[in-house]
Amino acid sequence: MSALLVAGTFILLIMRLYDLQITNYSHYQTLSDDNRVRVLPIAPTRGLIIDRNGEILADNTPNYQLVITSSQVKDMSELIATLAEFIDIQEHELARFNKALKRQQSFQQTPLKLNLTEQEVAKFAVNQHRYPGVEIAAHSTRYYPQKNSFAHALGYVGRINEKELTKLDKQKYQGTSHVGKVGIEKYYETDLHGEVGYQHVEINAQGRSLRVLKTQTSLPGMDIQLSLIARLQEVAEEALGEENGAIVAIDPNNGDVLAFVSQPNYDPNLFVNGIGQLAYSALRDDKHRPLFNRALIGQYPPGSTVKPIVALAGLQYGVTWPEKTMYAGPFFQLPGKARKYRDWKKEGHGIVNMDSAIAQSCDVYFYQLGDELGIDRMHEFLIQFGLGSRTKLDTVGEVKGLMPSPEWKRSARGQPWYPGETIITSIGQGYMLTTPLQLAVMTAYIANHGTMYQPRFVRATRPTGTLKFENKQPIPIAKVKVDDESYWQAIEQAMVSVVHAPNGTARRIGADASYQMAGKTGTAQVFGIAQDEEYDKETTPKHLQDHALFVAYAPVENPVIAIAVVVENGGSGSSAAAPVARKILDAYLQDKTLEGKHIVSR
Amino acid sequence: MSVAKSSLYEHPLRVVYHFLKIDTALFMALVILCISGLVVLYSASGGDMDAIQRQLVRLGIGFAGLLLFAQIPADQLRSWSLWLYIIGVVLLVLVLVLGETGKGAQRWLNLGFVRFQPSELMKIWLPMMMAWYYAKQVLPPSLKDIFVGFVIVMVPAALIIKQPDLGTSILVTGAGLFVIFLAGIRYRVIAVFVGLALAAAPAFWFYLRDYQRGRILTLLDPERDPLGAGYHIIQSKIAIGSGGVYGRGWLNGTQSQLDFIPERSTDFIFSVLSEEFGFFGTSLLIMVYLFIVVRGLVISARAQTCYARLLGGAISLSFFSYVFVNIGMVSGMLPVVGVPLPLISYGGTSMVTLLTMFGILMSIHSHRKLLGH
Repeated sequence: MSALLVAGTFILLIMRLYDLQITNYSHYQTLSDDNRVRVLPIAPTRGLIIDRNGEILADNTPNYQLVITSSQVKDMSELIATLAEFIDIQEHELARFNKALKRQQSFQQTPLKLNLTEQEVAKFAVNQHRYPGVEIAAHSTRYYPQKNSFAHALGYVGRINEKELTKLDKQKYQGTSHVGKVGIEKYYETDLHGEVGYQHVEINAQGRSLRVLKTQTSLPGMDIQLSLIARLQEVAEEALGEENGAIVAIDPNNGDVLAFVSQPNYDPNLFVNGIGQLAYSALRDDKHRPLFNRALIGQYPPGSTVKPIVALAGLQYGVTWPEKTMYAGPFFQLPGKARKYRDWKKEGHGIVNMDSAIAQSCDVYFYQLGDELGIDRMHEFLIQFGLGSRTKLDTVGEVKGLMPSPEWKRSARGQPWYPGETIITSIGQGYMLTTPLQLAVMTAYIANHGTMYQPRFVRATRPTGTLKFENKQPIPIAKVKVDDESYWQAIEQAMVSVVHAPNGTARRIGADASYQMAGKTGTAQVFGIAQDEEYDKETTPKHLQDHALFVAYAPVENPVIAIAVVVENGGSGSSAAAPVARKILDAYLQDKTLEGKHIVSR
Repeated sequence: MSVAKSSLYEHPLRVVYHFLKIDTALFMALVILCISGLVVLYSASGGDMDAIQRQLVRLGIGFAGLLLFAQIPADQLRSWSLWLYIIGVVLLVLVLVLGETGKGAQRWLNLGFVRFQPSELMKIWLPMMMAWYYAKQVLPPSLKDIFVGFVIVMVPAALIIKQPDLGTSILVTGAGLFVIFLAGIRYRVIAVFVGLALAAAPAFWFYLRDYQRGRILTLLDPERDPLGAGYHIIQSKIAIGSGGVYGRGWLNGTQSQLDFIPERSTDFIFSVLSEEFGFFGTSLLIMVYLFIVVRGLVISARAQTCYARLLGGAISLSFFSYVFVNIGMVSGMLPVVGVPLPLISYGGTSMVTLLTMFGILMSIHSHRKLLGH
């Protein structure tokens, strides 16, 4: 009787154990592994960004953080008080630490202070034994050694924010704290980021890591080589001096962006680990707008810089021809209208043909030409040069500019197009807006007599695990077609005259040049001048002065560089912008150290 | 079993066993169990040789107690039964008055030279008392006798539950009730009592402390509090389940070695064994336990006095109930009540008490023979 009871009960126990150990074995096996194995992501090393000569523009450097494992600390406030004696701990750092502490488990490390200085690291290292649970952790952080120079080209990386967190691939970004926010860093995020790795760590019930079971290393991101040349960039910045403005230089043979300057600029390193609120508002509220990327999203009336292609339109549509002359007086009037469209030269230019009209930037000649072309043909022809559309440069945030047309005006403004607007469009005023980048592309089109490549920052990438950079093929973009090659030569010759003819508007920069260049000055009005009023540089406040523009390419016989310079409120293109361009062209064409013949492999 | 026994009896050592007044088969089974226990304990304690040494000392004391009690005839014990029961009740009262606290309960009594739990002594003394009482009555017992038996059981049980020590109280109650069961209670009466117990359950529920209620609720749904009370059961089940057929190997259980199993040297040592030796190991262990219990029952059945039969049976069934409650607890069938796995768990009092109980069984076995010849 009792024996039956006992045997029955023990059979019950064995059935229970059979159920746990045999039937549900795999279930409990999984639970057991989940218990003891923690998968820790290993963040990949971000790809480097180098210039054409191998100079590093975006690097990864160790960054030291003071981290605390709260489970090993008895009295946190006392600990922080003693640490503060030799490490500067700010109020906001403490607030962030306390916030992070609540979110994390007690065995995890919570950063108290980021960006420790070397002195702080040294001081702490000596005292480390006194502070159990406090450690210095080294992280890899983005560093831009050229500081301000490439801020507008490279952009920067910053801490991943809540909004980005929802968009990024959670799997790939485990362990990654930073992401490209703007510029090349953002556009090439996928290539630069790399592949996350994993470490399977065995932990005990208290969550302490005991040993590494398995490691799958992370794959570093691709290294990226830019077409930019650090030294040319430097020359360009110096040439622009203290002025606000932008410079874009492009190699017409492949679309390589050689220099990309927007001034003023800022130090992208400030943004990497979070810029303080004060520093940020100082940048944001600066009236010179250092955060504004003038080269990419600054929209300026192109002014007279579009005259060569307006002339080309005249040739293509048979409205004019190079030898055709006209008398250019002080102003132009539409038939039957009173309004006078004045030339920049008070007394007028007298008898001009296409060459001299471009060389002297005769407005009246182009008023007449524009009137004869009409806005529709002008629009149709000019958009071929990329005006009014994005150049598709490999970066983010580019704007379209504006190449106006009656259709545009009707839909955007709900107003009809007035004939007078055609007149001012022919000298690049009115509604027309272009970015310095678009002007550089337009100039490269002229240099190539109609062919062009998509402008690009990145000319080569080095895929993970390989030693050599792979060059990217230039991408040809839509051609500008004209019926006769001589049309190109006519306007090219006129642009040479701008620089090299005795009456050219930019003759001062062409006088002693050892190579031939083709250029065009431009002046964009910042505010309208009333009829019969005169613009006087001396009496106009700086911020209302005209923007000075200059576009050029060289050498004329075999162009290797096309450049657009915008000097905000610089006055006239000939005096403010052309000399800047000359310095850059000189450097590029004559200083052989700038042209990288071999790529430094790292 | 019988083959093993007979071969051993023909062995020259038989004289020694006979002289020591022990049952060879039962003794061997106990030795095997204790050695297995040391092997598992080595793993569960994380290779702590000090713990092994202390356990060896306890085993030594326990086996000395076994041999000592094997020499005492059951009749002798019978004459002490009433007095021991009275002393035990007095000690339990003393515990409540001036006992030492450990883990939130008053269980220990310090006599200056030795510190012990009187509730453990009741595990033997109560069945002795019960056997003494029923051996004097006409069996099967009348309702009046059953009632008296209940009173004898409830007095120490209530005192122990007051400490509070629900686990020991249940085991002590069980030990007492087994005697009534063995005395030949009618099934109708058992049914009535089960019904009464069920009816009294709500009242019992109110008598429980919060943590005790929590344990019962946790048993029904361990996920109720996965990081608190349910944690023990969940981790223990994971350890048992992940052992599979042959286990992860000695010293290789991750649940055990990485601290996931709570109290892994004491109450939850079965989880360690299960994880490292698998279903193979656990069934083998249960077989050994089964053998011991059945052998104990056989010895009791052959006893020649009513007192010896009742006491021996109660001892065997008590031992069985310890095994069942512990394994049931760690495998999530019963609430966590803090009962060690007999002769395997690390710990002194229970080891000595248990081996002493087997000494009584040995005595019942050997003295019967002496009388028989």
